[in-house]
Amino acid sequence: MLYTGTDWNFDILRNCYDAIEQIAVDELGLEVYPNRIEIITSEQMLDVYTSHGMPVSYAHWSAGKRFVTHENAYRRGLMGLAYEVVINSSPCISYLMEENSATMQALVIAHAAFGHNHFFRNNRLFRDWTDPTQILDYLEFARSYIARCEDRYGVKAVERILDAAHALQGQGVDRHLGNKRVDLRAEADRARERREYEDQRFNDLWRTVPKAELVTPNRESSSAQDGAQGMPEENLLYFLEKHAPRLESWEREIIRIVRLTAQYFYPQLQAKVMNEGCATWVHDFIMRRLHEKSLIDDSAMLETIHSTTNVIAQFGFDQGGGPNFNPYALGFAMMTDIARICATPTEEDRRWFPDIAGNGDPIGTLKFGWAEYRDESFIQQFLSPKVIRDLKLFRLTDNLSEPYLLVDAIHNEDGYRDIRRTVAASYDPGALAEEIEIVGADMQGDRVLRLEHRTLAGRLLDPTDARLTLAHLADLWGYGVSLREVDQQTGRELGVYRAD
Amino acid sequence: MDILDRRPNPRGKNTENRRRVLQRARTAVQSAVRDAVAQGRIRDSGQGSTVSIPADVLHEPRFHRVFSEGVRQFVLPGNREFVPGDKLRRPPGGAGGGQGGGGSGEASEDGGGEDSYRFVLSREEFLDLFFDDLELPDLVKRELAETTMIANSRAGHSSEGAPSQLDMGRTMRRSIARRLGLRRPKPEGLEEIEREIDVLEAERPLSNERYERLQFLREQRLAQSQRMRRIPWVDPVDLRYRRFTPVPKPTTQAVMFCIMDVSGSMTEKMKELGKQFFMLLHVFLERRYEKLDIVFIRHAETAEEVDEETFFTDPKTGGTVVSTALEQMLAIQKARYPVDRWNIYVAQTSDGDNISSDTPRVVQLLTEAILPLSQYYAYIEVAGSGAIIRSDSDLWGAYRTLAESQPQLAIRKVRDRTEIFPVFRELFARREAET
Repeated sequence: MLYTGTDWNFDILRNCYDAIEQIAVDELGLEVYPNRIEIITSEQMLDVYTSHGMPVSYAHWSAGKRFVTHENAYRRGLMGLAYEVVINSSPCISYLMEENSATMQALVIAHAAFGHNHFFRNNRLFRDWTDPTQILDYLEFARSYIARCEDRYGVKAVERILDAAHALQGQGVDRHLGNKRVDLRAEADRARERREYEDQRFNDLWRTVPKAELVTPNRESSSAQDGAQGMPEENLLYFLEKHAPRLESWEREIIRIVRLTAQYFYPQLQAKVMNEGCATWVHDFIMRRLHEKSLIDDSAMLETIHSTTNVIAQFGFDQGGGPNFNPYALGFAMMTDIARICATPTEEDRRWFPDIAGNGDPIGTLKFGWAEYRDESFIQQFLSPKVIRDLKLFRLTDNLSEPYLLVDAIHNEDGYRDIRRTVAASYDPGALAEEIEIVGADMQGDRVLRLEHRTLAGRLLDPTDARLTLAHLADLWGYGVSLREVDQQTGRELGVYRAD
Repeated sequence: MDILDRRPNPRGKNTENRRRVLQRARTAVQSAVRDAVAQGRIRDSGQGSTVSIPADVLHEPRFHRVFSEGVRQFVLPGNREFVPGDKLRRPPGGAGGGQGGGGSGEASEDGGGEDSYRFVLSREEFLDLFFDDLELPDLVKRELAETTMIANSRAGHSSEGAPSQLDMGRTMRRSIARRLGLRRPKPEGLEEIEREIDVLEAERPLSNERYERLQFLREQRLAQSQRMRRIPWVDPVDLRYRRFTPVPKPTTQAVMFCIMDVSGSMTEKMKELGKQFFMLLHVFLERRYEKLDIVFIRHAETAEEVDEETFFTDPKTGGTVVSTALEQMLAIQKARYPVDRWNIYVAQTSDGDNISSDTPRVVQLLTEAILPLSQYYAYIEVAGSGAIIRSDSDLWGAYRTLAESQPQLAIRKVRDRTEIFPVFRELFARREAET
């Protein structure tokens, strides 16, 4: 028996970890980054929330805003705190709350330190896009760099850049594998070298030399062609960092920091259902095995079941809790069902999943799924009729020209495919993201930067936010900016915004 | 695998971020704070206070789409009775967002959470925001009333002082220097010798050569341990203390007389208004001026000095003779606050009713005695919010004539709770020093 009762201490944690590791590695064959477990208080958990789970973050008022929101919600009892937060880094850091019972600590170690950790290490998205060995150093660099800029140029000047860059963060990620996986360590070195070079070159005498008349028109003409500036470009932050004519080099570096940070979080949004499903399935498996091996007692097992059930509760559309899927519920249901299909398939499963039904290797199949898919493709591939029936899914068509919503597919033979396609599409990052591109800039004339939002009628940008965001963009660009919304099929103009 | 205990880590990682968000929302928070005070919560704010500000100040814009026409599909969980072809009434919530899944569900969720922000402010923060840019008028003008206070200030180091002021770093630095300079033997060296002696003493038979070595070591031991005893580890000459020297600091002393009419003609509501004003004044003064006395005087047909608690809470009633309060004030001033040492401020609230025979006396007291010696005299006339239209009260008439010739007299009327704060600000707004 690893422990009895609810109290834990560091020896118990260590023993639990070893027992869990044995099951995770020997029985499940999980591959994980080295683990680091950190015990924190609830107050520190609020800090972790504020910084999106990152252990280090630069100072900005928006973090204060998130902190105040979380703190209020927590103090008023509107929000419970997560039992754990885990960071995609190597070593993989799991934060455990001190208030957790011994069982919860064991569960959370299984969930985060093995479930999530395995997912981070093996999923293709994370492998291609993120470099977990360097993120912690890079964040440390980002914080100290921004703090130094604040010392040098003032908080206001830095805030101006950060505000604008944050507004454009959604348009600051590369969505396609081209230049993948930035070397974050080299990033920090690069910035340091550039700064040293500037320091070396600094000569106060230059200040006294009369400034030249802006830029000579001759030099411009070479970069005037749109193509020369790498247009069209969908990564607005990247474009500004490289081409905005009036930014200082430290301002470009800050934009780069915001961009790289956003890029780091990008995979997490695309694999939330799978990530949580994987972690929940893993902890469920491990805790059951601990009980079978008589390492935890019955009351601990009941607590585990109770807590897992809470996490994977999926309320109906009319039961409160919002219209969205609980990623834990959907993910766990799918993982459990895949394991079932592999082990004991029904006739239906054999028709739907001829590749995996009855292959007798549930763990291998799951691990293959965790490694090679993201939410959208995973659902498209593996959402089974049984899960659709269990969750009682149905599809509504919302045609705004009609006064009613139409139920056009339910959990029956005719509806399975339609429902599966629609659920998968709702996780498709390509369909969800706004397609905004920089299409040109008149560098010889008024230097107005031209953007296009390719969309459909009835799916336009929120006008207030669009204007405010565009003002931020114009601020960084230094000249006017215009944004046209065009129909992606006909090319018809649907709306125009301008900012100077 | 490592397990780290992060619980002892420093707290308040987000203090700086929280400060910045407050700074950003300063104007909005400030007006929220003032609203809170207008609703009479200043005295309750002992523990700090919660204020809500509109979300748009802290809005973080980004590009996002709104679904406004066309067709979309989404899947929901929890079907019970629907079959394909069923038509459902569109749930309320507007065409754009609506309660739905898919794309716009996210938008409405975000919007819902951002109606307003609540800040829990500490009492310090609350009052700071509240009294921003207010001060007593002309406090520095009168140089006569400046007294000096003695304050201690750091001034280097000295070789004697209180043990609590011992500067360890400096003391030990001197101790090391002295020990090195005087070649105090190191304890390790002595131990080495002892060890060798032990070895030699245990050795037998002992050769002559070795015996001499033993003797030599014994002498060394004696010499070194004596030397060690003579040269102490820390000597009184090493000790260094932080030194403080008294420095005179000029301060201004001020006294505020708060005079309130509690006579029968004052309705409960009017008294409430008066008290509100003084409460504001009291918190303001307490916070801004360390060296400030406050004297509470209330009067009906007689006047008395009372303590703060009584002043604000104890009901009393009777007729009205204003001059009694002024006389009382003068008496206290003569006894305790000589004009060459104190700046004198007076604030008076009343409904303006006074026995007509008393008003000339009031005017006389003010012009001859009180106004010449006070820095600032604020008169607040509270009126019932009623529709009673009446001409100016006796007192108001008299004071207005006076105010025309006496710049240090300021008079204002307050009809409603919401007016108190604006009037207060007007009276105590920070002014450019008139030279």
